[in-house]
Amino acid sequence: MINVVDQRKSKFNRYKDLRENSNELLEPAIKPAKEYGVWDRIADVADEGSFKAFEFDFPETNPLEFQGYVEKKQELREEENCHDAIVAGQCEIGGYKTVLAVMNKKFMMASMGMELGEIVCKSAEYAMENKLPFIIFTASGGARMQEGILSLMQMAKTSAVIQKFKDEGGLYITVLTHPTTGGVSASFATLGDITLAEPKALIGFAGPRVIEQTIGEKLPEGFQRAEFLEEHGFVDAIVERDEMKKVLTKLLKLHS
Amino acid sequence: MKAIERVLNARDKDRPKITEYVENLFTDFFEQKGDFLGKEDASIYGGIALFHGRPVTVLGHRKGRTAEENMACNFGMPGPEGYRKAMRIMKQAEKFNRPIITFVDTPGAYPGLEAEMYGQAQAIAGNLAAMSTLKVPVITIVTGEGSSGGALGIAVANKVYMLENAIYSVLSPEGFASILWHDSARRDEAAEVMKLTAEDLYDFGVIDGIINEDSDIYSAIDKQISFALRELDKKSAEQLQKDRYDKFRYFDEEYLQQSVEKRMEVV
Repeated sequence: MINVVDQRKSKFNRYKDLRENSNELLEPAIKPAKEYGVWDRIADVADEGSFKAFEFDFPETNPLEFQGYVEKKQELREEENCHDAIVAGQCEIGGYKTVLAVMNKKFMMASMGMELGEIVCKSAEYAMENKLPFIIFTASGGARMQEGILSLMQMAKTSAVIQKFKDEGGLYITVLTHPTTGGVSASFATLGDITLAEPKALIGFAGPRVIEQTIGEKLPEGFQRAEFLEEHGFVDAIVERDEMKKVLTKLLKLHS
Repeated sequence: MKAIERVLNARDKDRPKITEYVENLFTDFFEQKGDFLGKEDASIYGGIALFHGRPVTVLGHRKGRTAEENMACNFGMPGPEGYRKAMRIMKQAEKFNRPIITFVDTPGAYPGLEAEMYGQAQAIAGNLAAMSTLKVPVITIVTGEGSSGGALGIAVANKVYMLENAIYSVLSPEGFASILWHDSARRDEAAEVMKLTAEDLYDFGVIDGIINEDSDIYSAIDKQISFALRELDKKSAEQLQKDRYDKFRYFDEEYLQQSVEKRMEVV
Protein backbone atom coordinates (compact mmCIF):
# COMPACT_ATOMS: atom_id res chain seq x y z
CA MET A 1 0.00 0.00 0.00
CA ILE A 2 0.90 3.60 -0.39
CA ASN A 3 2.05 5.80 2.43
CA VAL A 4 0.94 9.35 2.09
CA VAL A 5 3.52 11.65 3.59
CA ASP A 6 3.93 15.33 3.96
CA GLN A 7 6.67 16.27 1.59
CA ARG A 8 6.90 20.02 1.83
CA LYS A 9 10.60 19.61 2.06
CA SER A 10 13.27 22.12 1.28
CA LYS A 11 13.20 21.42 -2.44
CA PHE A 12 9.54 22.05 -2.70
CA ASN A 13 10.01 25.59 -1.47
CA ARG A 14 13.39 26.21 -3.03
CA TYR A 15 12.12 25.84 -6.56
CA LYS A 16 9.23 28.15 -6.01
CA ASP A 17 11.36 31.22 -6.61
CA LEU A 18 12.30 30.09 -10.08
CA ARG A 19 8.76 30.17 -11.30
CA GLU A 20 8.90 33.80 -12.25
CA ASN A 21 11.17 33.01 -15.18
CA SER A 22 9.05 30.19 -16.52
CA ASN A 23 7.59 32.06 -19.47
CA GLU A 24 10.79 32.21 -21.40
CA LEU A 25 10.86 28.42 -21.34
CA LEU A 26 7.93 28.01 -23.63
CA GLU A 27 10.11 27.47 -26.66
CA PRO A 28 10.82 23.80 -26.05
CA ALA A 29 12.49 23.08 -29.37
CA ILE A 30 15.24 25.50 -28.48
CA LYS A 31 15.23 25.31 -24.71
CA PRO A 32 14.13 22.05 -23.16
CA ALA A 33 12.37 23.59 -20.16
CA LYS A 34 15.11 22.47 -17.82
CA GLU A 35 14.60 25.07 -15.19
CA TYR A 36 10.92 24.34 -14.74
CA GLY A 37 10.96 21.19 -12.66
CA VAL A 38 8.46 18.82 -11.16
CA TRP A 39 8.23 20.70 -7.90
CA ASP A 40 7.66 24.00 -9.68
CA ARG A 41 4.81 22.38 -11.51
CA ILE A 42 3.31 21.08 -8.30
CA ALA A 43 3.73 24.46 -6.63
CA ASP A 44 2.00 26.09 -9.58
CA VAL A 45 -1.09 23.89 -9.74
CA ALA A 46 -1.62 22.53 -6.23
CA ASP A 47 -3.11 24.73 -3.52
CA GLU A 48 -0.36 25.93 -1.25
CA GLY A 49 0.71 23.33 1.25
CA SER A 50 -1.85 20.77 0.12
CA PHE A 51 0.40 18.35 -1.77
CA LYS A 52 1.21 15.12 0.05
CA ALA A 53 3.48 12.81 -1.91
CA PHE A 54 2.93 9.07 -2.11
CA GLU A 55 5.88 7.11 -0.88
CA PHE A 56 6.71 3.75 -2.36
CA ASP A 57 9.00 1.03 -1.24
CA PHE A 58 10.12 -0.84 -4.33
CA PRO A 59 12.95 -3.31 -4.52
CA GLU A 60 15.73 -2.38 -6.95
CA THR A 61 14.90 -3.38 -10.50
CA ASN A 62 17.33 -4.32 -13.24
CA PRO A 63 15.79 -7.15 -15.27
CA LEU A 64 18.39 -7.10 -18.05
CA GLU A 65 21.21 -6.66 -15.53
CA PHE A 66 22.09 -3.66 -17.63
CA GLN A 67 25.48 -2.23 -16.75
CA GLY A 68 25.41 0.98 -14.75
CA TYR A 69 21.62 1.17 -14.67
CA VAL A 70 21.14 0.76 -10.93
CA GLU A 71 23.90 3.27 -10.14
CA LYS A 72 22.38 5.76 -12.55
CA LYS A 73 18.99 5.47 -10.89
CA GLN A 74 20.39 5.79 -7.39
CA GLU A 75 22.26 8.92 -8.36
CA LEU A 76 19.18 10.48 -9.93
CA ARG A 77 16.98 9.61 -6.98
CA GLU A 78 19.25 11.69 -4.81
CA GLU A 79 19.47 14.55 -7.24
CA GLU A 80 15.83 14.69 -8.19
CA ASN A 81 14.26 13.77 -4.87
CA CYS A 82 11.95 11.18 -6.40
CA HIS A 83 11.74 7.38 -6.73
CA ASP A 84 11.79 7.28 -10.48
CA ALA A 85 10.85 9.70 -13.21
CA ILE A 86 7.58 10.67 -11.56
CA VAL A 87 6.25 12.32 -8.43
CA ALA A 88 2.73 11.40 -7.40
CA GLY A 89 0.55 12.39 -4.51
CA GLN A 90 -2.69 13.82 -3.31
CA CYS A 91 -3.49 17.50 -3.26
CA GLU A 92 -6.15 20.12 -3.66
CA ILE A 93 -6.53 22.25 -6.74
CA GLY A 94 -8.81 25.24 -6.31
CA GLY A 95 -10.17 23.52 -3.25
CA TYR A 96 -10.95 20.26 -5.08
CA LYS A 97 -9.24 17.14 -3.87
CA THR A 98 -7.39 15.14 -6.52
CA VAL A 99 -4.57 12.72 -7.17
CA LEU A 100 -1.78 14.47 -9.06
CA ALA A 101 1.25 12.96 -10.79
CA VAL A 102 4.00 14.82 -12.61
CA MET A 103 6.61 13.14 -14.74
CA ASN A 104 10.20 14.26 -14.43
CA LYS A 105 12.16 14.28 -17.66
CA LYS A 106 15.38 15.04 -15.85
CA PHE A 107 15.22 11.44 -14.67
CA MET A 108 16.35 9.43 -17.72
CA MET A 109 14.02 11.39 -20.00
CA ALA A 110 11.11 10.12 -17.91
CA SER A 111 11.26 6.84 -19.77
CA MET A 112 8.84 4.20 -18.49
CA GLY A 113 10.14 1.17 -16.67
CA MET A 114 8.53 -1.07 -14.09
CA GLU A 115 8.75 1.44 -11.28
CA LEU A 116 7.23 4.31 -13.21
CA GLY A 117 4.50 2.05 -14.57
CA GLU A 118 3.77 0.84 -11.07
CA ILE A 119 3.54 4.39 -9.68
CA VAL A 120 1.08 5.39 -12.41
CA CYS A 121 -1.01 2.29 -11.63
CA LYS A 122 -0.89 2.70 -7.86
CA SER A 123 -1.85 6.36 -8.19
CA ALA A 124 -4.84 5.45 -10.35
CA GLU A 125 -5.83 2.73 -7.90
CA TYR A 126 -5.54 5.15 -5.00
CA ALA A 127 -7.79 7.55 -6.88
CA MET A 128 -10.21 4.70 -7.56
CA GLU A 129 -10.39 3.66 -3.92
CA ASN A 130 -10.79 7.19 -2.67
CA LYS A 131 -13.11 8.29 -5.47
CA LEU A 132 -10.81 11.10 -6.55
CA PRO A 133 -9.96 12.42 -9.99
CA PHE A 134 -6.52 11.62 -11.38
CA ILE A 135 -4.51 14.32 -13.13
CA ILE A 136 -1.20 13.49 -14.75
CA PHE A 137 1.34 15.78 -16.40
CA THR A 138 3.14 13.62 -18.93
CA ALA A 139 6.61 14.03 -20.41
CA SER A 140 8.60 11.12 -21.70
CA GLY A 141 11.05 9.87 -24.26
CA GLY A 142 9.18 6.54 -24.29
CA ALA A 143 9.93 3.09 -22.98
CA ARG A 144 12.89 2.54 -20.63
CA MET A 145 15.21 0.61 -22.93
CA GLN A 146 17.29 -0.64 -20.01
CA GLU A 147 14.35 -2.78 -18.87
CA GLY A 148 13.74 -4.42 -22.23
CA ILE A 149 10.47 -6.27 -22.75
CA LEU A 150 9.31 -5.44 -19.22
CA SER A 151 9.23 -1.76 -20.10
CA LEU A 152 7.02 -2.64 -23.07
CA MET A 153 4.67 -4.53 -20.76
CA GLN A 154 4.17 -1.35 -18.72
CA MET A 155 2.24 0.06 -21.67
CA ALA A 156 -0.36 -2.69 -21.43
CA LYS A 157 -0.35 -2.54 -17.64
CA THR A 158 -0.91 1.20 -17.29
CA SER A 159 -3.52 1.24 -20.09
CA ALA A 160 -5.49 -1.56 -18.44
CA VAL A 161 -5.48 0.14 -15.03
CA ILE A 162 -6.42 3.54 -16.46
CA GLN A 163 -9.24 1.95 -18.45
CA LYS A 164 -10.57 0.30 -15.30
CA PHE A 165 -10.36 3.58 -13.40
CA LYS A 166 -12.33 5.31 -16.16
CA ASP A 167 -14.87 2.48 -16.42
CA GLU A 168 -15.55 2.85 -12.72
CA GLY A 169 -16.44 6.48 -13.24
CA GLY A 170 -13.12 8.11 -12.40
CA LEU A 171 -12.17 11.38 -14.04
CA TYR A 172 -8.80 11.10 -15.77
CA ILE A 173 -7.13 14.27 -17.05
CA THR A 174 -3.85 14.20 -18.90
CA VAL A 175 -1.72 17.24 -19.59
CA LEU A 176 0.77 16.52 -22.35
CA THR A 177 3.95 18.49 -21.87
CA HIS A 178 7.13 18.62 -23.89
CA PRO A 179 7.99 15.99 -25.03
CA THR A 180 5.46 13.15 -24.73
CA THR A 181 6.48 10.38 -27.10
CA GLY A 182 6.90 6.64 -27.65
CA GLY A 183 5.54 4.10 -25.22
CA VAL A 184 4.09 6.74 -22.91
CA SER A 185 2.22 8.57 -25.67
CA ALA A 186 0.95 5.19 -26.90
CA SER A 187 -0.44 4.24 -23.49
CA PHE A 188 -1.68 6.21 -20.49
CA ALA A 189 -0.83 9.68 -21.87
CA THR A 190 -3.44 9.56 -24.61
CA LEU A 191 -6.25 7.86 -22.70
CA GLY A 192 -7.56 10.94 -20.89
CA ASP A 193 -11.23 11.75 -20.50
CA ILE A 194 -9.89 15.24 -20.96
CA THR A 195 -6.61 15.79 -22.80
CA LEU A 196 -4.81 19.09 -22.40
CA ALA A 197 -1.48 20.08 -23.89
CA GLU A 198 1.06 22.81 -23.31
CA PRO A 199 1.82 25.15 -26.21
CA LYS A 200 4.44 23.85 -28.63
CA ALA A 201 4.90 20.58 -26.76
CA LEU A 202 6.19 17.80 -28.98
CA ILE A 203 3.68 14.94 -28.87
CA GLY A 204 3.82 11.82 -30.97
CA PHE A 205 4.53 8.13 -31.20
CA ALA A 206 7.69 8.07 -33.29
CA GLY A 207 10.42 10.64 -32.76
CA PRO A 208 10.83 13.25 -35.52
CA ARG A 209 14.31 12.02 -36.43
CA VAL A 210 13.11 8.47 -36.92
CA ILE A 211 10.28 9.70 -39.14
CA GLU A 212 12.63 11.83 -41.22
CA GLN A 213 14.94 8.87 -41.70
CA THR A 214 12.01 6.65 -42.67
CA ILE A 215 10.37 8.93 -45.19
CA GLY A 216 13.63 10.52 -46.36
CA GLU A 217 12.46 14.09 -46.16
CA LYS A 218 12.32 16.99 -43.75
CA LEU A 219 9.22 17.28 -41.63
CA PRO A 220 7.02 20.34 -42.04
CA GLU A 221 7.33 23.04 -39.41
CA GLY A 222 5.15 22.51 -36.38
CA PHE A 223 4.79 18.79 -37.07
CA GLN A 224 3.86 16.82 -33.92
CA ARG A 225 3.52 20.00 -31.89
CA ALA A 226 0.53 20.52 -29.60
CA GLU A 227 -1.05 22.89 -32.13
CA PHE A 228 -0.74 20.23 -34.83
CA LEU A 229 -2.50 17.71 -32.61
CA GLU A 230 -5.22 20.21 -31.83
CA GLU A 231 -5.73 20.81 -35.52
CA HIS A 232 -6.01 17.07 -36.16
CA GLY A 233 -8.43 16.53 -33.33
CA PHE A 234 -6.38 14.83 -30.62
CA VAL A 235 -6.42 17.36 -27.76
CA ASP A 236 -9.30 19.10 -26.04
CA ALA A 237 -7.40 22.29 -25.42
CA ILE A 238 -3.99 23.87 -25.39
CA VAL A 239 -3.39 25.60 -22.10
CA GLU A 240 -0.70 28.11 -21.22
CA ARG A 241 1.25 27.43 -18.08
CA ASP A 242 -0.16 30.56 -16.39
CA GLU A 243 -3.69 29.37 -17.04
CA MET A 244 -3.18 25.76 -16.04
CA LYS A 245 -4.44 25.95 -12.49
CA LYS A 246 -7.50 27.93 -13.52
CA VAL A 247 -8.41 25.44 -16.24
CA LEU A 248 -7.84 22.40 -14.01
CA THR A 249 -9.96 23.98 -11.28
CA LYS A 250 -12.73 24.59 -13.77
CA LEU A 251 -12.59 21.00 -15.01
CA LEU A 252 -12.67 19.64 -11.47
CA LYS A 253 -15.61 21.90 -10.73
CA LEU A 254 -17.45 20.68 -13.83
CA HIS A 255 -17.07 17.11 -12.64
CA SER A 256 -17.74 17.63 -8.97
CA MET B 1 22.00 -20.44 -30.50
CA LYS B 2 23.07 -16.80 -30.29
CA ALA B 3 20.31 -14.22 -29.84
CA ILE B 4 21.18 -12.53 -33.12
CA GLU B 5 20.62 -15.81 -34.97
CA ARG B 6 17.12 -15.89 -33.52
CA VAL B 7 16.63 -12.34 -34.71
CA LEU B 8 17.68 -13.30 -38.23
CA ASN B 9 15.51 -16.41 -38.13
CA ALA B 10 12.53 -14.37 -37.00
CA ARG B 11 13.05 -12.00 -39.92
CA ASP B 12 13.67 -14.75 -42.49
CA LYS B 13 11.70 -13.98 -45.62
CA ASP B 14 10.81 -17.64 -46.03
CA ARG B 15 9.03 -17.95 -42.70
CA PRO B 16 5.28 -18.55 -42.99
CA LYS B 17 3.20 -15.40 -43.26
CA ILE B 18 -0.16 -14.58 -41.72
CA THR B 19 -1.97 -15.63 -44.90
CA GLU B 20 -0.40 -19.08 -44.64
CA TYR B 21 -1.27 -19.45 -40.98
CA VAL B 22 -4.84 -18.53 -41.75
CA GLU B 23 -4.98 -20.92 -44.67
CA ASN B 24 -3.48 -23.86 -42.81
CA LEU B 25 -5.14 -23.48 -39.43
CA PHE B 26 -8.65 -22.30 -40.29
CA THR B 27 -11.40 -22.87 -42.83
CA ASP B 28 -14.07 -20.67 -44.38
CA PHE B 29 -12.05 -17.47 -43.85
CA PHE B 30 -13.89 -14.26 -44.59
CA GLU B 31 -11.56 -11.28 -44.74
CA GLN B 32 -12.73 -8.02 -43.19
CA LYS B 33 -11.14 -4.83 -44.44
CA GLY B 34 -11.22 -1.24 -43.30
CA ASP B 35 -11.34 0.70 -40.05
CA PHE B 36 -14.74 2.14 -41.04
CA LEU B 37 -13.41 5.57 -40.18
CA GLY B 38 -12.02 6.33 -43.59
CA LYS B 39 -9.13 3.99 -44.31
CA GLU B 40 -8.02 0.46 -45.08
CA ASP B 41 -4.63 -0.77 -43.92
CA ALA B 42 -3.38 -3.94 -45.59
CA SER B 43 -0.65 -4.40 -42.97
CA ILE B 44 -3.30 -5.84 -40.67
CA TYR B 45 -5.01 -8.90 -42.11
CA GLY B 46 -8.03 -10.34 -40.38
CA GLY B 47 -11.54 -11.63 -40.42
CA ILE B 48 -13.81 -14.46 -39.35
CA ALA B 49 -13.00 -18.14 -39.82
CA LEU B 50 -13.69 -21.56 -38.43
CA PHE B 51 -11.23 -23.28 -36.13
CA HIS B 52 -12.14 -26.97 -36.01
CA GLY B 53 -15.63 -25.96 -37.03
CA ARG B 54 -15.95 -23.17 -34.46
CA PRO B 55 -16.24 -19.48 -35.41
CA VAL B 56 -13.28 -17.37 -34.33
CA THR B 57 -11.91 -13.95 -35.19
CA VAL B 58 -8.38 -14.13 -36.48
CA LEU B 59 -6.03 -11.28 -37.29
CA GLY B 60 -2.39 -10.39 -37.49
CA HIS B 61 0.35 -8.32 -39.04
CA ARG B 62 0.81 -8.88 -42.73
CA LYS B 63 4.26 -8.41 -44.23
CA GLY B 64 3.60 -9.90 -47.64
CA ARG B 65 5.92 -12.23 -49.53
CA THR B 66 6.72 -10.65 -52.88
CA ALA B 67 8.24 -7.17 -53.23
CA GLU B 68 4.91 -5.95 -54.52
CA GLU B 69 3.05 -7.38 -51.53
CA ASN B 70 5.67 -5.96 -49.17
CA MET B 71 4.98 -2.51 -50.53
CA ALA B 72 1.22 -2.97 -50.42
CA CYS B 73 1.27 -3.98 -46.75
CA ASN B 74 4.02 -1.59 -45.78
CA PHE B 75 6.25 -4.48 -44.63
CA GLY B 76 3.86 -5.27 -41.81
CA MET B 77 4.07 -1.85 -40.18
CA PRO B 78 0.53 -0.68 -39.42
CA GLY B 79 -0.67 2.86 -39.22
CA PRO B 80 -3.42 3.96 -36.84
CA GLU B 81 -6.06 2.70 -39.27
CA GLY B 82 -4.59 -0.80 -38.96
CA TYR B 83 -4.95 -0.75 -35.18
CA ARG B 84 -8.46 0.67 -35.45
CA LYS B 85 -9.41 -2.02 -37.94
CA ALA B 86 -8.05 -4.66 -35.56
CA MET B 87 -10.10 -3.16 -32.74
CA ARG B 88 -13.21 -3.00 -34.88
CA ILE B 89 -13.11 -6.69 -35.65
CA MET B 90 -12.14 -7.63 -32.09
CA LYS B 91 -15.13 -5.71 -30.68
CA GLN B 92 -17.28 -7.56 -33.18
CA ALA B 93 -15.83 -10.86 -32.01
CA GLU B 94 -16.84 -9.91 -28.48
CA LYS B 95 -20.38 -9.17 -29.61
CA PHE B 96 -20.73 -12.59 -31.27
CA ASN B 97 -18.83 -14.34 -28.50
CA ARG B 98 -16.03 -15.56 -30.74
CA PRO B 99 -12.57 -16.23 -29.38
CA ILE B 100 -9.87 -13.97 -30.84
CA ILE B 101 -6.60 -15.33 -32.16
CA THR B 102 -3.88 -12.85 -33.12
CA PHE B 103 -0.60 -13.44 -34.94
CA VAL B 104 2.24 -11.02 -34.30
CA ASP B 105 4.95 -10.34 -36.88
CA THR B 106 6.00 -6.71 -37.24
CA PRO B 107 9.11 -4.56 -37.20
CA GLY B 108 6.94 -2.01 -35.37
CA ALA B 109 4.18 0.51 -35.95
CA TYR B 110 4.90 2.70 -38.96
CA PRO B 111 6.89 5.84 -38.10
CA GLY B 112 5.41 8.00 -40.84
CA LEU B 113 3.97 11.43 -41.35
CA GLU B 114 0.38 10.39 -41.92
CA ALA B 115 0.53 7.81 -39.16
CA GLU B 116 1.36 10.59 -36.71
CA MET B 117 -1.20 12.95 -38.22
CA TYR B 118 -4.00 10.45 -37.71
CA GLY B 119 -3.05 9.47 -34.19
CA GLN B 120 -0.71 6.47 -34.11
CA ALA B 121 -0.18 6.89 -30.36
CA GLN B 122 -3.91 7.18 -29.63
CA ALA B 123 -4.73 4.19 -31.81
CA ILE B 124 -2.24 1.92 -30.04
CA ALA B 125 -3.17 3.18 -26.57
CA GLY B 126 -6.83 2.66 -27.43
CA ASN B 127 -6.17 -0.94 -28.38
CA LEU B 128 -4.21 -1.67 -25.22
CA ALA B 129 -7.01 -0.25 -23.09
CA ALA B 130 -9.84 -1.89 -25.02
CA MET B 131 -8.19 -5.29 -25.32
CA SER B 132 -7.81 -5.39 -21.55
CA THR B 133 -11.60 -5.32 -21.23
CA LEU B 134 -12.60 -7.92 -23.89
CA LYS B 135 -15.00 -10.55 -22.60
CA VAL B 136 -13.92 -13.37 -24.90
CA PRO B 137 -10.79 -15.55 -24.92
CA VAL B 138 -7.83 -13.82 -26.58
CA ILE B 139 -4.82 -15.87 -27.71
CA THR B 140 -1.69 -14.34 -29.23
CA ILE B 141 1.04 -16.15 -31.09
CA VAL B 142 4.24 -14.26 -31.85
CA THR B 143 5.34 -15.91 -35.08
CA GLY B 144 8.19 -13.69 -36.25
CA GLU B 145 9.25 -10.24 -35.13
CA GLY B 146 7.34 -8.87 -32.17
CA SER B 147 8.70 -5.39 -32.04
CA SER B 148 7.60 -2.57 -29.76
CA GLY B 149 4.17 -1.04 -29.24
CA GLY B 150 3.38 -2.04 -32.80
CA ALA B 151 3.37 -5.68 -31.69
CA LEU B 152 1.75 -5.13 -28.31
CA GLY B 153 -1.13 -3.25 -29.96
CA ILE B 154 -2.71 -6.60 -30.89
CA ALA B 155 -1.16 -8.74 -28.15
CA VAL B 156 -2.98 -8.02 -24.88
CA ALA B 157 -4.11 -11.64 -24.61
CA ASN B 158 -5.10 -14.21 -22.02
CA LYS B 159 -2.43 -16.50 -23.42
CA VAL B 160 0.66 -15.37 -25.26
CA TYR B 161 2.83 -17.95 -27.03
CA MET B 162 5.94 -17.64 -29.13
CA LEU B 163 7.35 -19.81 -31.87
CA GLU B 164 10.82 -20.88 -30.82
CA ASN B 165 12.47 -18.72 -33.48
CA ALA B 166 10.33 -15.67 -32.87
CA ILE B 167 11.53 -12.62 -30.97
CA TYR B 168 9.59 -10.14 -28.82
CA SER B 169 11.16 -6.91 -27.69
CA VAL B 170 10.72 -3.27 -26.77
CA LEU B 171 12.52 -2.20 -29.95
CA SER B 172 14.67 -3.71 -32.70
CA PRO B 173 18.23 -4.55 -31.58
CA GLU B 174 19.44 -1.93 -34.09
CA GLY B 175 17.24 0.71 -32.47
CA PHE B 176 18.27 -0.36 -28.99
CA ALA B 177 21.99 -0.11 -29.86
CA SER B 178 21.41 3.23 -31.50
CA ILE B 179 19.59 4.71 -28.51
CA LEU B 180 21.76 3.34 -25.72
CA TRP B 181 25.16 3.20 -27.37
CA HIS B 182 24.67 5.59 -30.30
CA ASP B 183 25.88 2.83 -32.59
CA SER B 184 23.36 0.71 -34.48
CA ALA B 185 26.22 -1.50 -35.71
CA ARG B 186 26.33 -3.07 -32.24
CA ARG B 187 23.05 -4.87 -32.92
CA ASP B 188 24.42 -8.40 -32.26
CA GLU B 189 25.51 -7.34 -28.81
CA ALA B 190 22.19 -5.55 -28.28
CA ALA B 191 20.25 -8.69 -29.24
CA GLU B 192 22.13 -10.57 -26.54
CA VAL B 193 21.64 -7.91 -23.85
CA MET B 194 17.94 -7.33 -24.60
CA LYS B 195 16.77 -10.86 -23.71
CA LEU B 196 14.35 -11.11 -26.58
CA THR B 197 14.24 -14.82 -27.38
CA ALA B 198 11.31 -17.09 -26.55
CA GLU B 199 13.32 -18.69 -23.73
CA ASP B 200 14.14 -15.29 -22.23
CA LEU B 201 10.53 -14.16 -22.36
CA TYR B 202 9.33 -17.39 -20.89
CA ASP B 203 11.76 -16.93 -18.00
CA PHE B 204 10.41 -13.41 -17.49
CA GLY B 205 6.88 -14.78 -17.38
CA VAL B 206 5.87 -12.55 -20.27
CA ILE B 207 4.78 -15.53 -22.38
CA ASP B 208 2.90 -18.68 -21.45
CA GLY B 209 4.66 -21.18 -23.66
CA ILE B 210 7.05 -21.83 -26.51
CA ILE B 211 5.94 -23.59 -29.66
CA ASN B 212 8.51 -25.97 -31.05
CA GLU B 213 9.37 -25.61 -34.73
CA ASP B 214 11.05 -28.99 -35.23
CA SER B 215 8.18 -30.74 -36.91
CA ASP B 216 5.02 -29.50 -38.61
CA ILE B 217 4.64 -25.94 -37.43
CA TYR B 218 0.92 -25.72 -38.24
CA SER B 219 0.01 -28.80 -36.28
CA ALA B 220 2.08 -27.55 -33.32
CA ILE B 221 0.24 -24.21 -33.37
CA ASP B 222 -3.09 -25.98 -33.82
CA LYS B 223 -2.40 -28.07 -30.73
CA GLN B 224 -1.39 -25.02 -28.70
CA ILE B 225 -4.51 -23.04 -29.66
CA SER B 226 -6.75 -26.05 -28.91
CA PHE B 227 -5.04 -26.52 -25.56
CA ALA B 228 -5.51 -22.86 -24.65
CA LEU B 229 -9.13 -22.78 -25.77
CA ARG B 230 -9.96 -25.85 -23.68
CA GLU B 231 -8.73 -23.99 -20.60
CA LEU B 232 -10.25 -20.61 -21.49
CA ASP B 233 -13.64 -22.07 -22.45
CA LYS B 234 -14.19 -23.03 -18.82
CA LYS B 235 -14.06 -19.40 -17.72
CA SER B 236 -16.89 -16.89 -17.57
CA ALA B 237 -16.69 -13.64 -19.55
CA GLU B 238 -15.90 -11.73 -16.34
CA GLN B 239 -13.21 -14.21 -15.37
CA LEU B 240 -11.56 -13.96 -18.79
CA GLN B 241 -11.48 -10.21 -18.48
CA LYS B 242 -10.18 -10.33 -14.93
CA ASP B 243 -7.49 -12.91 -15.74
CA ARG B 244 -6.22 -10.82 -18.62
CA TYR B 245 -6.24 -7.70 -16.48
CA ASP B 246 -4.33 -9.42 -13.70
CA LYS B 247 -1.85 -10.93 -16.13
CA PHE B 248 -0.76 -7.49 -17.33
CA ARG B 249 -1.30 -5.64 -14.05
CA TYR B 250 1.47 -7.52 -12.34
CA PHE B 251 4.48 -6.83 -14.50
CA ASP B 252 6.39 -5.56 -11.51
CA GLU B 253 9.25 -6.78 -9.39
CA GLU B 254 7.03 -9.20 -7.51
CA TYR B 255 5.83 -10.69 -10.76
CA LEU B 256 9.41 -11.16 -11.88
CA GLN B 257 10.34 -13.07 -8.79
CA GLN B 258 7.32 -15.30 -9.06
CA SER B 259 7.90 -15.99 -12.71
CA VAL B 260 11.08 -17.79 -11.83
CA GLU B 261 8.94 -20.55 -10.35
CA LYS B 262 6.78 -20.59 -13.40
CA ARG B 263 4.40 -23.02 -14.91
CA MET B 264 5.27 -24.67 -18.20
CA GLU B 265 2.54 -25.54 -20.61
CA VAL B 266 3.96 -28.31 -22.70
CA VAL B 267 2.62 -28.81 -26.17
